[in-house]
Formats: sequence, structure tokens, C-alpha cells
Amino acid sequence: MKQINQDHVLKKMSSRLAVNHLFRALFFLATLFGLVVLAVLLYRVFTQGIGYLDLQFLQSMGSRFPEKAGIYAALIGSLWLMAVVVVVSFILAVGTAIYLEEYAKQNKINQFIKVNISNLAGVPSVVFGLLGLTIFARMFALGQSVLAAGLTMSLLILPVIIVAAQEAIRAVPRELRDASYAMGATKWQTITRVVLPAAVPGILTGSILAFSRAIGETAPLVVLGVPTILLFTPASIMDTFTALPMQIYDWTRRPQAAFHDVASAGIIILLLLLLFMNSVAVFIRNKFQNRF
Amino acid sequence: MQTLMTKVNENMDTTGSKQPVYQTKQLNLWYGTNHALKNIDLDVMENEVTAIIGPSGCGKSTYIKTLNRMIELIPSVKTSGDIVYRDRNIFDKNYRVEELRTKVGMVFQKPNPFPKSIYDNIAYGPRTHGIKNKKVLDEIVEKSLRGAAIWDEVKDRLNSNAYGLSGGQQQRICIARCLAIEPDVILMDEPTSALDPISTLKVEELVQELKTDYSIIIVTHNMQQAARISDRTAFFLNGEVVEFDKTDKIFSTPSDKRTEDYISGRFG
Repeated sequence: MKQINQDHVLKKMSSRLAVNHLFRALFFLATLFGLVVLAVLLYRVFTQGIGYLDLQFLQSMGSRFPEKAGIYAALIGSLWLMAVVVVVSFILAVGTAIYLEEYAKQNKINQFIKVNISNLAGVPSVVFGLLGLTIFARMFALGQSVLAAGLTMSLLILPVIIVAAQEAIRAVPRELRDASYAMGATKWQTITRVVLPAAVPGILTGSILAFSRAIGETAPLVVLGVPTILLFTPASIMDTFTALPMQIYDWTRRPQAAFHDVASAGIIILLLLLLFMNSVAVFIRNKFQNRF
Repeated sequence: MQTLMTKVNENMDTTGSKQPVYQTKQLNLWYGTNHALKNIDLDVMENEVTAIIGPSGCGKSTYIKTLNRMIELIPSVKTSGDIVYRDRNIFDKNYRVEELRTKVGMVFQKPNPFPKSIYDNIAYGPRTHGIKNKKVLDEIVEKSLRGAAIWDEVKDRLNSNAYGLSGGQQQRICIARCLAIEPDVILMDEPTSALDPISTLKVEELVQELKTDYSIIIVTHNMQQAARISDRTAFFLNGEVVEFDKTDKIFSTPSDKRTEDYISGRFG
């Protein structure tokens, strides 16, 4: 005696398949929504900004006249900022991740630290801005320098890189560590020769995505009081500077409509920079694809 | 139990002039509150293959990992008793594990080559111990790969990734990597359990050749394998050594009823 009635199954088959198709269509629409909004945004930005996008725009400082305004100071300022952020956050974050994953004992305190690093990744950027203002700008008297902003931005993205690096380090199979230890290698030798080479793609991908977040962040810079228009570029990390998002923010606030188009041109530059960084991340991920 | 073991050990001491490499005395080991090894007494002779057999969970893997102190990577592990390796207690505070592990190599259950070239895999150990001279490294790599009977298969592609090799070849690469640190003892933790029959045969033949230069301790769940390749066999059950004797004796006239039941396939 069979428990399943074949006729019944066949009768139900078409409605089951219909539900399947319905959900496929719904999820496709959900995907489409984000893409359409992004496309509209890109279209508007490009049509408005493309007219101002030329060599003169890249080479000029800020100006009262839209046609003379350029992004040079902001672009160079952003690159200075990134130089500080990349060095500071990468070293601190990878060091933290190695300590937590490889050296730290599995006790309550370290467990607590791990949980809170993840929490820290969710703290709004304006709060990090206030922190940077209090500690770096005021307490250490770094003012509105590249260094103060760089350290603040580093704090902001530190948790993101730590979590990415922790995951990459944890993904390295235990067997590989065992093989190294069993040959008499020390922990440090095992970390530098086995764990890090295997974890580097994951760490770099996570870091570069975090760096692209830092390059577009505005709130911490606003709170720190970073100027929007400068007619010089920094000569050292102790000099003040302006950055791409600050410059764009300033242009959009101007009453003249022409400046809004200039802002679009600035956005294009920022987007190109982000696109470049994300492609590097993708390239690294594909090039060093993990084989275990 | 205790008296039986002493008697067996006495028998062994009279069988030849070989020196023991490992002398285990009253070894106990706990994972947290789980008493995994109970009063283990076992002498391992040099230039012999010592097989450790027993059903799953009997403590055979735990025991072999204690011999190079890899077991200490598990945080909750506690031990008591002594393991003397060449006249030194490996649990001695002054005995650095790194030093012990340069003399005692290990081959694992699952082939675990590094995601590096074949050459870099073999050169890993020597480099770890500070050898930088390219010529010396070249010699060690060739010698080790020849020692593991895989030189002819890989000599033309030393710079390709070890992950491209078959499972059996990978395991022999791991054996070669272990030989490259020029060990005294080789510990093998079920080295053929992930391999096909032909690769298993190759590894078994290799073990036979290696015992002229090394002392080998091999954990296996395969009784035929133990019978084929080992000189002495220890039968573990529930964390205890039930019987330890010459392999011929264990498989023909075991003294303990439980050994007989196990090797005749009545349990495990």
C-alpha cells in the first residue's frame, strides 16, 4: 500500500511550479530596484557633471566662479588622508586580529573584546568624529591636520578591518597550522609563513572595502572642522587639508545652480576613485583565490 | 593489568640490543574531566615500526599526539606521568616543544600540504630552522622526496602547487616534508585512512623502507595494515593499553581475551 498518491502529486505539480516562478519574479524585482535607483543616480550625475570634467577641473583649486573651480586641493587632500588611514588602520587592525585569533587565550575577557569589536563596527561615524575632535584635535592639539583626520578615520574603519581579518585568519585550516607546529616552527613563524600568506586575500579585500568607505566619509570631517575651501595642498601630515566629500558637500550648498553641476563633476571623480579601489579588491581576491 | 604489562616489557628487553626511543611511564591524560588515557606504560624501540590499534575513541590518536606534545594545542588538556624520549622527560619545563618537534616528525590523517609549491613545502622545515643556502635546500628537497619515493613523479614540477597532486601523492609529499627536518622518530596518525588502496600500498611500502633509518609509530584503524607493516603492536581500549607485544604474537596468540575479540572482528 503506497502512502503517496501519484495522481494527487501530479495535480498539485503545476501550482507548486507557479509559486516557484512567482517568487523568482519577486526576487528579481527586488534586485532590480537597487540597480534602477543606482542607474538613475549615475545618469543624473554624469549628465550634470560631465561638462565640467576636464583637465582644468583636475588641476585647479577652489574658486568663487563655477567655471574656474577645481578639485585639485580636495583630491590631493584625500590622497594624503588615505596615506595616513591605510598605514595606521592596516597595521593596528591586522595586529589586533592576529592577537585575538592566534595568541589570546579563550577566556571571558577576550570573548568580551571580540563581541565589542563587532559592536564598534556599528557605531555611527559622527560619534567617531566627536571622539576624534576630543582626543586628537583638542587633547593632542593636532587641530584640523591630516594626522588628526587620518587617525579619526582609522578608528572609524578599524573594527571593520579587524573583523574581516579575523574571519580571514580563522578560515585558514587548522591542519596547516598543525603541520607547521609539528615541524618545530614557533607560533610567530607559523603566523608569518603559513597563516598570513593564506589569509592575505581576505584581509586585503576587507581592508580595501573599508578604505573606500573612509574616502567617502564626510561626517567625521565635518565634526573635526576640516575646511572646505583651501588654496593650497598639505606639505606634511601636520598641515590642514580638505577632502573630496567636504568639497562636494560645500559645492552642493552654494546658491548658484552651476555649482551643483560642479559638485556632480566632483562626485564623478570620487566614484572613479572608489571604483578603482574596489576593482583592486576584486583583482586581489581573484588573483590569490584560496585553494583549500 | 599492571603486572601483565611489566611482564611484557621484561620480555621485550631481552629480545634484542635495540634501545628504546620512547619510554612512557604511568601516563594519564584528561580532556577537562574526561579521562582519556589511563596509566599508559609503553616502550617504543628504535628502528622498528610500532603500530597502535584499537576501536574509535580508545585514545590511540590522543596518545600519539602526546608524544610530540601536539595535544597541548587543545586548551583543556591535562597530563600526569612521564614520557621519556632519549633519556629526557618531554614534560620537563626546560624541554622546549620546538626542540622536541625537530626530532619527532609527524604525518597527519588527512594530507595537509601547504598551499605552496612542492619545493617550498619540503623546504619549509629546514627554512624554519634557519637554513637559507639554496644549494643545501636543493639537496635536502631532493633527498627528502627520494626518501618518500615520490621524486620521480614530481622532479619536473617542483615549482607547481602541491594542491595539484593526488591525495596519495600529497600524503607522500607530507612524509617527505617530515623527512626534511631529519627527524629521529616519525609519528603517523592514520596516514592512509584518506587514501585509495594503491596509494595505501605505496605508503605501507615506504614505511617498511623508512624503518632502517627512523623509528616509526603508526596509529591505524586497519588491523591488516598493522599486521603487514609493524614489528610490535599495542592494542588500546578505553584509554588503556590492553596488550603490547610483538606483532606476530598479538595476531596469532594474543594473551588477552579482549585483544582476541578485537582482532577477530567481534567488536570495534
